[in-house]
Amino acid sequence: MNPLRERYGSEIDNVLAKYPADQKRSAVMPLLYIAQRERGYITRAQLDQVGEILGISSTDVASIVGFYTLYHDKPEGKYRIQVCNDLPCALRGADKFLRDFCDRLGVEPGGTTADGVVAVDGVMCLAACHRAPMFQVQSRTEISYHEDQTVDKAMQLVESWRQANGQ
Amino acid sequence: MSEYFLLRNREIPNIDDLVIYRQNKGFETFQSAVTSMKPDEVTEIVKASGLRGRGGAGFPTGMKWSFIDKNNWPHYVVANADESEPGTFKDREIMESNPFQFLEGVMLCAYAIGANAAYIYLRGEFWQLAAELDRHIEYLERENLLGDKLFGTDYSLRLYTHLGAGAYICGEETAMLESLEGKLGQPRLRPPFPPSFGLYGKPTVVNNVETLANVPLIVERGAEWYRKFGTEKSPGTKVFSLSGNVEKPGNYELPLGTTFRELIFAHGGGIPGGRNIKAIMPAGASSSLIFADEKALDTPMDYESVPNVGAQLGSASVIVIDDSVSMDWLIDKTVHFFAHESCGKCTPCREGTYWMRHITERISHGQASWDDVILLNEVANGIKGKCLCALGDFATEAVMSSIARFRSDFETKTHAAAETIEAKVSP
Repeated sequence: MNPLRERYGSEIDNVLAKYPADQKRSAVMPLLYIAQRERGYITRAQLDQVGEILGISSTDVASIVGFYTLYHDKPEGKYRIQVCNDLPCALRGADKFLRDFCDRLGVEPGGTTADGVVAVDGVMCLAACHRAPMFQVQSRTEISYHEDQTVDKAMQLVESWRQANGQ
Repeated sequence: MSEYFLLRNREIPNIDDLVIYRQNKGFETFQSAVTSMKPDEVTEIVKASGLRGRGGAGFPTGMKWSFIDKNNWPHYVVANADESEPGTFKDREIMESNPFQFLEGVMLCAYAIGANAAYIYLRGEFWQLAAELDRHIEYLERENLLGDKLFGTDYSLRLYTHLGAGAYICGEETAMLESLEGKLGQPRLRPPFPPSFGLYGKPTVVNNVETLANVPLIVERGAEWYRKFGTEKSPGTKVFSLSGNVEKPGNYELPLGTTFRELIFAHGGGIPGGRNIKAIMPAGASSSLIFADEKALDTPMDYESVPNVGAQLGSASVIVIDDSVSMDWLIDKTVHFFAHESCGKCTPCREGTYWMRHITERISHGQASWDDVILLNEVANGIKGKCLCALGDFATEAVMSSIARFRSDFETKTHAAAETIEAKVSP
């Protein structure tokens, strides 16, 4: 039995019902989101499981994971903070925000804090240019937006996660 | 602006609540279309209104609908909610704050082209928004505004959301269709265009969120009413996303044909910190840079006038640049974006953006000579017009226009680099 199918059977059926019966491959992206909820990244075994459900090869599934930036194939921080530093945000101080925020966290952009709670990096446009500096947080289960940020505000958020994680 | 047609949430509180939306005639238009109009009649009204696609290309919407191949079934609607152009954040506000008007627009389009299924393709980052739309769609099904045999007719319609996962290229319509089919989001060779060969190879209309949000009021109030706003060739209002070096960034719904000056100074409050305006990018990061002189500021923002000052209106994502900004830094930003987002399918774009990135980095770090600027322009020229989709061209717009129109920025930077090197090698 396919472990993904076993655990998320009805949810997967609901996803498949969105697409024509002979176009199951369309469900690959939503199924990968379901798989990623387990660990925050997608494992080799899960590639096989998604492929088996949809009748496509694991290689095809892996190519989707590689192409799209919101899928991950290795563990990073529990919370991935992505600061938009594209042009419009940079004109409103996003580069400086990212630098100062990384300094406070004691990491380089692209790095993960020593306690494994936070990974932080720059990211391409998030459609929130008027509320920069801003970032999104991708956790195992969801993506949230945090706008009109200061380093202090962002650090408070990080502290709240650390407390929730018993540190 | 005293009247809102798209951002009606600013006039009608809680219009994101179905009860309030219906109190304001919501879904009456859809119901009367399904029960008393032929599908083609809906298309004809949209055609007569002169509505043009709000995603960037400005293609006449009704004409696109009329291209749908009636000898090949089923038909699909795909709403493009992938909003990813740096500087653009209008579709998000429409979907968050006036969601039912957008959904009714999708439904009217579906009815007009005889589609029984419509997909809303949202960028993956709009995860919360997609969950919200799913709840709205369920609500519409419970209220029998969506589902089988609507209002006692034979017409059935279902809406589905589909989340992308972080790829700018999926905003290109054929890449979006590939992505929706579960493949890599890479553009197709066109023609054939989606109205004859779209989703699953079937006739498909792909329209931007803002475009679709225009449709309910057009069908309700008529083409003549719609043409009272905007210009002859660009009717209606537009949501302008204003960002960059401006006091009050945000979305402004204004008639097409409003001048840059009015948007930036009257609505946006002008330039902060006592600085002066230097340049305008009217279509986000994929825009050419306009030299912000008096003539440019007095140019009406519509599809036909912006080309007179050397750019396109595109999605009307107006990025304001003040005189503290040097263009070598600016294009380093835009080129990094496009190099990251190039899907890799066409060699000129994949390799060209890679090399442009290296050169813009060198220039902005003060390590380049004037020859590098010329080389950069040549690489850009090698991309322009040589790719399947517009992304390659987009990557070159800011580069080539800034070298041509803000030459002194690059001269200053490369002279300084030359002097530094000179100082280092001198005894």
